Amino acid sequence: MSNTLKNLLHSPKFMVGFILFIAILLTILIYPLFNPGNPLEMIGVGTFAKPGTYISLYDATSSQKETLKIANAEEKRIAAALSDEDRVKMLEWLSAYGVDVTEVDASNTDAILELWMANYNPDASIKGFTKSETRNFRLIQNRITELMSADTLIIYEEGAEDSKSKIVKTDYVNLNAIANVKTLPLGTDNFGRDVLKELVSAAGTSIIIGLIAGSVATVIGLTLGLLAGYLGGNADEIIMFITTVFTVIPGFVLLILISYSLGQDQRGPTIVAIVIGCTSWTWTARSVRSQVISLRNRDHVNLSKLSGHSLGRIILTDILPYIASYVVMAFILQVSSGILSEAQLSLLGLGPKTTTTPTLGLMMNWAMLYSAHTNGSWWAYFPVILTIACISFSLNLMNTGMDQVFNPALRD
Amino acid sequence: MGKVMLEVKNLKTKYITRFGEDVYSVDGVSLKIEEGKSLGVAGESGCGKSTLALSMMGYYFPPLHYISGDIIIDGQNISGMDPDKVRTTVLGSEIAYIPQAAMNALNPTMKIIRFLEDVIHAHEPKATKAEIRERAEERFADLGLGKEVLDRHAVELSGGMKQRTVIAVSTILSPKVLIADEPSSALDVTSQKMVIKMMKEMMEKGYIRSMMFITHELPLLYNVTDDIAVMYAGQFVEYGTAKEMVFDPLHPYSHGLMGSILVPEEGTRGMNLTAIPGTPPNLKRPPAGCRFAERCKYATPECFYTAPAEKMFGENSTRMYRCLMSEEALRAKYAEEGGASK
Amino acid sequence: MSEMKERKDYTKGPLCLSGRGVTRIFGSGAKANTAVDHVDFDFHEGEFVSIVGESGSGKTTLSKMLLGLLNVSEGEILFQGKPRDISTRAKRNEYWKGIQAIFQDPFASYNIFHKIDAVLLDCINMRGGKNLPYEKKVEMMTEACSFVNLKFAELTNKYPFELSGGQMQRLMIARIFLLKPKILLADEPTSMVDACSRATILDMLLNLRDETGMTIIFITHDIGLAYYISDTVYIMEHGKFVEYGKADEVILNPKAPYTKRLISDVPKIHEEWDLSTVDLSDDQY
Repeated sequence: MSNTLKNLLHSPKFMVGFILFIAILLTILIYPLFNPGNPLEMIGVGTFAKPGTYISLYDATSSQKETLKIANAEEKRIAAALSDEDRVKMLEWLSAYGVDVTEVDASNTDAILELWMANYNPDASIKGFTKSETRNFRLIQNRITELMSADTLIIYEEGAEDSKSKIVKTDYVNLNAIANVKTLPLGTDNFGRDVLKELVSAAGTSIIIGLIAGSVATVIGLTLGLLAGYLGGNADEIIMFITTVFTVIPGFVLLILISYSLGQDQRGPTIVAIVIGCTSWTWTARSVRSQVISLRNRDHVNLSKLSGHSLGRIILTDILPYIASYVVMAFILQVSSGILSEAQLSLLGLGPKTTTTPTLGLMMNWAMLYSAHTNGSWWAYFPVILTIACISFSLNLMNTGMDQVFNPALRD
Repeated sequence: MGKVMLEVKNLKTKYITRFGEDVYSVDGVSLKIEEGKSLGVAGESGCGKSTLALSMMGYYFPPLHYISGDIIIDGQNISGMDPDKVRTTVLGSEIAYIPQAAMNALNPTMKIIRFLEDVIHAHEPKATKAEIRERAEERFADLGLGKEVLDRHAVELSGGMKQRTVIAVSTILSPKVLIADEPSSALDVTSQKMVIKMMKEMMEKGYIRSMMFITHELPLLYNVTDDIAVMYAGQFVEYGTAKEMVFDPLHPYSHGLMGSILVPEEGTRGMNLTAIPGTPPNLKRPPAGCRFAERCKYATPECFYTAPAEKMFGENSTRMYRCLMSEEALRAKYAEEGGASK
Repeated sequence: MSEMKERKDYTKGPLCLSGRGVTRIFGSGAKANTAVDHVDFDFHEGEFVSIVGESGSGKTTLSKMLLGLLNVSEGEILFQGKPRDISTRAKRNEYWKGIQAIFQDPFASYNIFHKIDAVLLDCINMRGGKNLPYEKKVEMMTEACSFVNLKFAELTNKYPFELSGGQMQRLMIARIFLLKPKILLADEPTSMVDACSRATILDMLLNLRDETGMTIIFITHDIGLAYYISDTVYIMEHGKFVEYGKADEVILNPKAPYTKRLISDVPKIHEEWDLSTVDLSDDQY
């Protein structure tokens, strides 16, 4: 027994999978301590805030200002105000106007600006541009002149006569002096919820769903497999008939039908997990049965019978321990496939009900419903996919590692 | 004295376990087989006899590793050769190997003739199919297998036939040395007899020019090979002709082994079987002294720290034993016990 | 040749286990396969019987039927003169107090998750010693181990797989020593242990018989071994006994053609092993 453990610790595959899984678990347990609160709290109004650090503009304007003269501040400001599309458009206009822009790179703000200021003529009519495009060029021109000219922003409190404060371009505020700074490493989702917080909570729920589904599938599969394999005869025939019936009905279809008929209100994470478990036990039953059949005729079982031991005792002490490692491996795979099944179900909108707890599948579902994939809000779905992949990968890696340790024929 | 076909000088090889421990399973074996002769290797399971067979082919793959020593086949030393070269020029044509479960190694989807084509093409890439068939038919007919076997699949043959077919296929190039590791122990006695008969005929007809036969069944060895070597814990402890070894063993271990032979013959019923207590030493840490000392009833304190060297004895000094005690002292001990081994 | 060992004649004792027309058919209809075909036998108290057969002869199926692990398709088995009744669990347990077994593969005979102590304690419990004081149990286990030349003090708290094959098989004999059944069925107990340990195990079986008067049914494929050890030899071929009788008569004067062939095909030491009895071109698939 201890030797097997030693072997497991020597298996690089198992250890990588195990460490990865433990790291995910620890994150799930520890992260909420640093960032407490309801993961589904809508902190943002509006959808899909980009990942990054947000500072309170109000606090910034009322904070202690310092004047700093920084050489290329102006250029940076303009550079930030010009999007990539703007630059491309500007180069297009210039080249249509007859300026040689072959040498100019789109990222070189200085060069573009210099050519633009020297050549742009809002009244020049150039063929090949639509009206809206021509208007767009004027807007760009306005923005640039505004950034270059305006010196002072004057802020009035609502209803007040006097200005509250004036901000000039050389005013700076120490970040530490701003009272409200919020970092959203993965931005917010369609409802304005912190994606990272939601993701950590969802990963936890999904793992619990996986564990429940895996346990249900393993308990059903193991019991039926043990009975079918050990009893043989008619019991075997009946159990295998049931198993075959469950195998030929596509499991996922059954899952959809059960989930649908339960209705939205009944579908908590636990119920969904149990439904998943109840449809995926067949292959555990089959493989446990075949293992038991090969064990049933082993001499130690015969000797146990000759010693007058009861059926229950023989199954529990002479058969179960021999297939324990196998069952653990099957369990791990069931957990992994349970998590994937939940994700698939939820993606179709048949997952757990949506108001209290997030799951990985629900996050995908929300991202899809609010077209995160078409409007470029990668942070709403890509980290979820990555998390599902990491959990599955770590579980499968552990399983492969265990397989190599328990099954010497697979060792390389 | 005939031409020496196979000579092994002080061969040492080891296994490396998954935990990086070394297991010295062949630890200083020397042997010589002359043309037309056969050598039997006997020993308990785990004594290194199967590893010896694998080591002799000069083709090492993990976990088996070569340490030192020479393997000389008909004057050509193959121990330092490049593995790929060994595979293409030595295996099959110079030395052939039949493992224990050889008959299960035949791919069930291939006809027997295809195996022969593979073996011959590996060494003679230009041979045509017609030539190969002609050669194979001649050889198979000569070995009583019948040429119709060539167009059968392995699953259509009985266990004994399969094993004989494997032997015929692996010796189609008439190798100088055949190494057979328990080729008949999985078969019933009649099939076993046929396998042995075929191997003997192959020797007579020159299809193989020398043979090393490994088994734990001593009566079989006695009837098959000219010489017998007894292996214990990675080393030969004694060798001599088959007759000498069975009826006049000298080393206490071979003496015990020969005293436990049971055959359905008159006298067997009244025999006092010799039992050797204990288990062989762990080859991860071979003992410093005599490897058999722990189980030897004649062991003296010296035996536990002095490793005995190989000593030659007998008429013309053709026999070897590895024990600290002198020939006379050992014989005196056996006489004292009433020559129970007979 | 040393003097012949004195052996008592056990072949005349009272009947212990008999069979009349014992048959076992696997499958049914066109696929039916008769593994054991109407065999009759009479084993006496204290007799050392060998059943010799090659693989596929049905000897293992017969042994499973004798043990009551496999149902008899036809015919009946008589235990101590009366028809054997193993229809309920209680009756089976009663029968198994009278018959026990040692199997071929010592590595498969133990539950690798149980310590040696558990194996032996189980035997004491089975003999009704469940409530004995622990010291008494240790004493019994020590005695059983010393009967097979093992030291209980060295084995306690060890797992069976820490022993060698020969030691495991001896521990199996210690188990039988504790159980003291009327009949011991030994199914090739030496085929997987080394020649050196084989002699020890055979001697222990003979001692066990001499001390307790146990009937030993020895199943083997090795006719030389059967000859050495048994009083009576049954030769089995294709599910039938082709010949049986006292060991000397069967082995030295075989009557049945199968026995003759079997004996002639086994390599021997003193007699010549006649290879001409087989014809290489006879073997047809």
